[in-house]
Amino acid sequence: MQALFFVLGIPLLGSAVLAFTGHRSYARDINVGFSLGTFAAACVLTVQIIAHGPRFAWGQLFFIDPLNMFLVTLTTFVGLTTAIFSRPYMRVEQDHGKMTPPRMRLYHSMYQLFSFTMLLALTTNNMGILWVAMEAATLTTVLLVSVYRTAASLEAAWKYFILCGVGIAQALFGTVLLYMAAEKVLGAEGGTLLWTHLEAVKAQLDPDIVMLAFAFLFIGYGTKIGLVPLHNWLPDAHAEGPTPVSAVLSGLLLNVALYAVLRCKVLADGALHSLLASQLMMGFGLLSVVVAAFFLSRQKDVKRMFAYSSIEHMGLISFAFGMGGPIANFAGLLHMTVHSLTKSAIFFTVGHATQKAGTQVMSEIRGLIKVNPAVGWGMILGVMAILGMPPFGVFASEFLILTTAMREQPWATPFLFLALGVAFASVLVRVLPMVFGETSLKPLAHPPALVPVFVHLGLALMLGLYIPHYLNVWYVQAARMLGG
Amino acid sequence: MTQFVPQLTNLFATMILMLSFAMISQRRIVSLINLFTLQGAALVAASVLVGYATHQPDLYVSAGLTLVLKVVLIPWLLHRVIRRLNVRWDVETLINIPTTMLVGIGLVIFSFSLALPISRLSTSMASGSLGIALACVLLSFMMMITRSKAVPQVIGFLSMENGLIFAATAVTNGMPMIVEIGIALDVLVGVLILGVFMFQIREQFDSLDIHNLETLKED
Repeated sequence: MQALFFVLGIPLLGSAVLAFTGHRSYARDINVGFSLGTFAAACVLTVQIIAHGPRFAWGQLFFIDPLNMFLVTLTTFVGLTTAIFSRPYMRVEQDHGKMTPPRMRLYHSMYQLFSFTMLLALTTNNMGILWVAMEAATLTTVLLVSVYRTAASLEAAWKYFILCGVGIAQALFGTVLLYMAAEKVLGAEGGTLLWTHLEAVKAQLDPDIVMLAFAFLFIGYGTKIGLVPLHNWLPDAHAEGPTPVSAVLSGLLLNVALYAVLRCKVLADGALHSLLASQLMMGFGLLSVVVAAFFLSRQKDVKRMFAYSSIEHMGLISFAFGMGGPIANFAGLLHMTVHSLTKSAIFFTVGHATQKAGTQVMSEIRGLIKVNPAVGWGMILGVMAILGMPPFGVFASEFLILTTAMREQPWATPFLFLALGVAFASVLVRVLPMVFGETSLKPLAHPPALVPVFVHLGLALMLGLYIPHYLNVWYVQAARMLGG
Repeated sequence: MTQFVPQLTNLFATMILMLSFAMISQRRIVSLINLFTLQGAALVAASVLVGYATHQPDLYVSAGLTLVLKVVLIPWLLHRVIRRLNVRWDVETLINIPTTMLVGIGLVIFSFSLALPISRLSTSMASGSLGIALACVLLSFMMMITRSKAVPQVIGFLSMENGLIFAATAVTNGMPMIVEIGIALDVLVGVLILGVFMFQIREQFDSLDIHNLETLKED
């Protein structure tokens, strides 16, 4: 398990190094270097897991199985591409005077620490450590969102901290209750909060306690997924922070929070002998899809619009996992992957577009394809992909989710179609003039990093056409474990 | 001595709840911090008693963590912040105390009815403690909603943490040590960040009124 040590150690070391050197001109490259190292370690870990199957590390404190393995790889990969994107982006921000040297230091250091907290949350086997890591992820992203120190970013960060702090406190209460249920079965040994131990005895856990525990855990981590009605922090945090932060928030943090809910759901399903967990996830998922789609149609700020799109997709994924069953779970996992790749690619292009136009108001961004054809193409292709046009991966997963919904939850299908239709129309109407309209703006001073955009879109396209064998095996295994 | 321990634990549990009520009705910021310190002290006493009764040395460590953090360090930081920001004698005028109290009583009844089917299963000696812990969490939650100044909101957040730690101590005889340390670290860092934010909010808006932080809205 050397590889896991490096997966967790490299970002932690990177955070310490960048805390001292983050303001130098080469810090942007160091940031990419550490992210690359983490990604390489994750690849080695992936190969080991493919060869030897799920395993523990350091006693039983860490646990790698198909469900978290693909998320670890995805997280380190998007972490790397976002670091590459952030190089020219942050250089322009420095030129504009929005980032001073101390802020650059904070930004780089917190970027690595944020990666560390997410990877810790994904790989730990202890439900208590999972909570600690989620809270730490909130703290680091609060600092990242407020890094510009403007009135709006402070407000967004304060709101984010208070709302998610309260939310995550509910999750801690849920964890305490879960511990109480586990203590009766497993005794007060050190391993009582280990997920694998809980999973082994889940049928013996007291249903009353687990029901209450799951309700609190769902509210708590659900706040961090951005499920309606606890989503208020999400658009503000996305819109007011630096764009690389929006990309990792949407692409990664929401996934990690959803992962936490999924781990809890497996336990709740086993203990409850009822469909409570599934119904909660379906209900709030559907509500999020519908509400977010209608809010989408009213946005003027481009980053807010895509933030609402993230809420919509997270709702759709929750709905899929709520339905359960091998196909819906498979589709949910696939959707997590492709949404993360596509949405971060969109934020990369949005970042360059807003820097060029000097504003995030959509009616003032025009003619991207004339000045920076690559940015324009990246944005229009990314938007097509996220709206579920074939042959991109989102189409495949949405198709699976919708067909399963038609078969198993027919009452929900009209709402889903309505919401997806509204989202499609309102996003497209705003994006087309941004890409094709007339403009008199000059190109950016530093060449934008567009390789990440097209790599992400290429992967999303590949997943729509062909899923590699081992990934398919993981999805199937994870879907089976999620049961339903 | 031993036969009094459960009674004493219940006494401190009740004190924690009463202090939560005192906090939601306290308008002056400096008194609010003092009440919060007292609540921390009651929590420490409860943890030590439960530890003594159940012979769990881990709980003494947990009590020590709470003592250092919630009774010494955080109140000291908060006092420092309000002195530097010059809001020591600020009085909040907006809250309606009788209504708040009534809603608070409703929350306590709700918590106890929610906890009732579970607390009879509790192995721990303080059977009412789950209801009390839940009530503390909800009362602090209400405090965060009703207050419009930054410092009371932060104290509400911390008092919610107190309720959670009390739940962990009294209901389950303490979480695993590594988790407790992690939680303590998160709380400390969180308070430091919020403290820095308060200075920045003040710099931006010339006041610590959260009503200034309501410009980001949907049109």
